Amino acid sequence: MMKKGIDEDWTKRVFACIQCGKCTGSCPESAKTPLNIRMVVRRKQFGSVSASQHVWYCTSCGACTIRCPRDVKPSEVLIHIRSDLVESGRISTSIQRALENSLIQKNPWGKARSKRSEWALKADFQIKNIGDLREKRLLFTCCVEAYDPRCNVIPRNVSKILTYAGIEFGILMEEEICCGNEIRRLGEKGLFEELRDENISNFKKYGIEEIIALSPHCYNAIKNEYGEEAPGVVHYTEILWRLLKEGIIRVGREYKKKVVYHDPCFLGKQNGIFEEPRNILMAIAGTELLEFTRSRENSLCCEGGGGRMFYDVDLEYERNAKSRVSEAQELGAEVIGVACPFCLVTLEEEAKEKGIEVKDISEIITEVLL
Amino acid sequence: MERNVLVIGGGIAGITCSLELAANGVKVTLIEQGPSIGGRMIQLDKTFPTLDCSSCILTPKMAEVSTNRSIELLTLSTVMEIERKGDGFSATILSNPRYVDMEKCSTCGACASACVMKVPDEFNFNLGKRSAIYIPFPQAVPQKYLVDRNACLFLSRGKCKKSCLDACEHKAINFEEKDRLIKRDFSAIVIATGFDLFDAASLGEYGMRKRRGVITSAELERILSPTGPTNGEILIEGKKPERFFFVQCVGSRDSQRGVKYCSRICCMYTAKHAYMIKEKLKDASIYVSYIDVRAYGKGYEEFFRSVQELGVLYIKGIPGEIVERGRSLLVRVEDMLSGELREIEVDVVVLATGILPSRDIFRIGKMLGLDLDEYGFVKVDPTYPSLAGKEGVFVCGTASGPKDIPDTVAQSTEAAASVFEYICRGK
Repeated sequence: MMKKGIDEDWTKRVFACIQCGKCTGSCPESAKTPLNIRMVVRRKQFGSVSASQHVWYCTSCGACTIRCPRDVKPSEVLIHIRSDLVESGRISTSIQRALENSLIQKNPWGKARSKRSEWALKADFQIKNIGDLREKRLLFTCCVEAYDPRCNVIPRNVSKILTYAGIEFGILMEEEICCGNEIRRLGEKGLFEELRDENISNFKKYGIEEIIALSPHCYNAIKNEYGEEAPGVVHYTEILWRLLKEGIIRVGREYKKKVVYHDPCFLGKQNGIFEEPRNILMAIAGTELLEFTRSRENSLCCEGGGGRMFYDVDLEYERNAKSRVSEAQELGAEVIGVACPFCLVTLEEEAKEKGIEVKDISEIITEVLL
Repeated sequence: MERNVLVIGGGIAGITCSLELAANGVKVTLIEQGPSIGGRMIQLDKTFPTLDCSSCILTPKMAEVSTNRSIELLTLSTVMEIERKGDGFSATILSNPRYVDMEKCSTCGACASACVMKVPDEFNFNLGKRSAIYIPFPQAVPQKYLVDRNACLFLSRGKCKKSCLDACEHKAINFEEKDRLIKRDFSAIVIATGFDLFDAASLGEYGMRKRRGVITSAELERILSPTGPTNGEILIEGKKPERFFFVQCVGSRDSQRGVKYCSRICCMYTAKHAYMIKEKLKDASIYVSYIDVRAYGKGYEEFFRSVQELGVLYIKGIPGEIVERGRSLLVRVEDMLSGELREIEVDVVVLATGILPSRDIFRIGKMLGLDLDEYGFVKVDPTYPSLAGKEGVFVCGTASGPKDIPDTVAQSTEAAASVFEYICRGK
């Protein structure tokens, strides 16, 4: 069912590893944390049941799997080891809680399912229920966007722009549940499948033809891990850029700021969307687009993926968000532009102290729309 | 009936095979699509593991090709069509004009000095420039100038004051020359189309063409050569580097983004490069990252050891990525033997790119109905390494798979023997 299955041939792939070290050299957690992704694969070759908790440092950025010359998919091997730990209950309480929450309330934070669409009610315009529409275009929100007050603005802004552009769309209201992207990466395959199936049955129930995903994580799950039954999915930056390019929406006001764009791993390196967010920023008068030295496929992970939003690792170490923010500062950036709610949260935590703003692209564009 | 053989490709393989056949009294037509024979080998400064001067070995052979009466050399030429005819073949060859009369040209170079158009110099992998009327490199064969019709302002745009015409005392330049279609019959065909290089820029994490100081081994080869863009002085973007990092297996042994096979030459040419840098810059610090060091040929392991003894540090583990730190490059690599992730600051990163079959092989293979492997190399039976699987068609050099120079030469000689045996059959 899954396109990028973690099951088929995975042991064959483990044995095909030639221990070249490409994965460790690519991993954003190497050196500063105890995780050595190459050793994870090596131990697996010897069949040793790894009791190592080091696997929880992985952020699922995907660099190892993208670059592995033998196509071993080290990050998927690591998910298998996490699965073993989950199955035998050797996991921290915070991970356990995230999984339980996702089972009961259908979101890792355990927020009430009934409040899933509260963000929409707070909007000063009407956001329709997908059931009331003729055009079956669904706006799919990430759990953190649905519940977190900081991230609420993303669905609200995108909804506003779509409404303004005359694009009909709806939401699933209380029926929307977590996409399961992070749950699969936490090693809870069964729960991921449950969430996936429920989402797919909702998509079917309403005859959904197109999904606009707001988070690159949901986008990735639906696009790559939901299988053939899932409708086509686009990331919202793809739609926004199309609307701008075709002149359906126009940016009128200036946004006189130096903005450095941070590529989210699940949007950029994992799914190849590099241009649209940049094109949007470049279309805004007054905005100067800056680039990190590590950008595009070399973008440095914010460490918000792989379930890392829901648990804390044991070790205190310098976060990538911190070095990202210092580089932004050195570049003279006033704003770090992102297109992912996890990047928004992780980077903002560090940026606040430094006086640098972190903004989702939808926030910037809403400010300058005519 | 006269025995006439068509050899396609003027590198060391095609040259060796042609000379061997000619020595046995066989008439050979050697065609080369570039302006000179010499192929990849003539771009090298030295050969491993003996560090012999590459052009000292090759130039006499190239000269012999041009003077041997049994060999007809057609440069700037490609095969357009090949048909079976009787026991042999009928081939149509397109020969592009040089726009320079080879009889009249004295190779004085006055035309090139007069030419106003400068374009990247492909012989030096686009490091440095050449004029639109040029000689590809000092030892080129034919040892004559030619006009690059795509670069020439007069030929491509019809607008130029043509100062080359005035500069040439011998009135050798003739813009009226036209393409020629040559039809010939051959009793056998030898494919010696050689290889292309993997494009290192397709592995984005290494920063090729994005980060200053990231170069390919092929570029370094030209930089080290006395006939190269810097006359052999190690200068990269005008600066003298001191710290070098070599990355092996770039595109090779990579089933995801490159080719599955080992290119067989990179370990040794990298060792050679490290050696040559140490020769020129005694205090240079040099790192070589590897998956396995494959030093399998005669004298190779010994050479590898001698390179290590110069202080070249071999690191087991290939880098994940190369990023910028200030004006330096930062290589992130796990030193697997100690299990530590190292971040090594260097001035230059050299990417040892693997080899791919020449793009031309797909066209020629189709014409002849050849069996190519999944990459495009000509399939051969290991016990008959030069038989291309179709009667009268032979292959030598890297057209049938990665090879170093000694193997290429040995196999090209063997191919000549097989061709000879074939055309003399029943006689």
